[in-house]
Amino acid sequence: MDSVIAYMPSIMKGTGITILVSIASVLIAVFFGLLGAWGKLSNSRAANRTANAYTTLIRGVPDLVLMLLIFYGGQQLLNDLGDATGLWGYVEINHFTAGVGTIGFIFGAYMTETFRGAYLAIPGGQIEAGVACGMGRVSLMLRIIWPQLVRYALPSFSNNWLVLLKTTALVSVLGLHELVYESMTAGRSTRELFPFLFVALAIYLVLTTISNLGLRWLDRKYSDGLRRA
Amino acid sequence: MAEAEKFNHWEAIQQFSENVSPIDFYLIFENWRLFLDGAWHTVVLVSLSLLIAGMIAIPLAVCQVNRVPILARVVGAYTYFFRGTPLLLQLYLIYYGFSEIDFIRNGFLWVVFKDAWWCTLIAFTINSAAYTTEILRGAFEQVPRGEVEAASASGMSTWKKYSRIIVPSGLRRALPAYSNEVIFMIHGSVVASTVTIIDILGAGRILNGKYYLAYEGFIAAAVLYMIIVFFVTRGFNFWEKQWFAHLRPRET
Repeated sequence: MDSVIAYMPSIMKGTGITILVSIASVLIAVFFGLLGAWGKLSNSRAANRTANAYTTLIRGVPDLVLMLLIFYGGQQLLNDLGDATGLWGYVEINHFTAGVGTIGFIFGAYMTETFRGAYLAIPGGQIEAGVACGMGRVSLMLRIIWPQLVRYALPSFSNNWLVLLKTTALVSVLGLHELVYESMTAGRSTRELFPFLFVALAIYLVLTTISNLGLRWLDRKYSDGLRRA
Repeated sequence: MAEAEKFNHWEAIQQFSENVSPIDFYLIFENWRLFLDGAWHTVVLVSLSLLIAGMIAIPLAVCQVNRVPILARVVGAYTYFFRGTPLLLQLYLIYYGFSEIDFIRNGFLWVVFKDAWWCTLIAFTINSAAYTTEILRGAFEQVPRGEVEAASASGMSTWKKYSRIIVPSGLRRALPAYSNEVIFMIHGSVVASTVTIIDILGAGRILNGKYYLAYEGFIAAAVLYMIIVFFVTRGFNFWEKQWFAHLRPRET
């Protein structure tokens, strides 16, 4: 127990990095998700195909495999390209970028489905009405589509966020000093892995609980206009 | 003569693979046994843990639906804990953490917990059972009220009501959500490679480590996982069509 308290600062630092990785990757995931949903819904054949290939690929390949492929393979690829073109010298992708980039890219595929579903849930008549009122694309987006997109996307978004939060544990395999990595290091050096792993599990449980509460609050807030009973 | 020509043929492919192609596919094929072993481990671990988890999850879900006084709470806490934490950490706790507990280390349980394969199987099973319990609970609760009332009206006991009406009907209803859980389990199983198990990813990592490569092993692993997921998805689609045949619009 004393050793756990002694190592608390580094574990808290690890927790901070876990949270940072989660938030940074969810932002990237939302970006890819919106892009993917646009691709799936657009009239362009090429965009449709690309978006479909993207979601199929991600659903078929486990996250850790992609993460390792991007971390090791991506680095090699960048350096090979740099050698071939002579445009840049030796590049090193750091753990944080590789981890965040990959998790964001992977969950972007799940977010694609989230946003696509949410967009399709908006009654078509509303968009037509907007056009009939003479709204431009921007005000249509800002005033009609976006506020409802958030509401309809929220349940599925919450689910994705909770899965993403747990996926960040895999970044420890790349060597990023986040919660799992820090508790393993502390446990190995004190030869008491059990208490440290248990603390890490408890911290994850706290994070998911807080997320649950926060997301439920958001859900209530965004569906204010819906519930009448 | 023909033999010699054939030989040259292969050599040419090997030359091309090693020197021209960005991915040395010949090397992957040369190590097919490694990947076959990996695929075998992945398939066995995932299917065994899913099978055992399914058997555990049915009674647990029934406990929750029936609101059995203390048990339902315990089951709720169990699913909350295992669904709220990463599988990787659960596996580490069982593989690294449990070996520090004297009572496990000195007892007969040590036979099980010293072996990475058994630890992985246990971690996967407990994790999957937690998710499956929640899926089944939702499915059992969705069984139409009328069916359950009809069962009570026919004088069925609680046991009969569950074994004949609620569980069979609920299992069928759970299939779409369960197919997602199976895919997630296949995806999640890659963490086995972090505790020395040679699953598909483990095989890829060995290949990359042995020849100091960056892509080959991981790409081969990615392709293998994609193939497995493809067939599993196909299987579930077929199964759903069979089981939901009575819900399909009638063909005229």
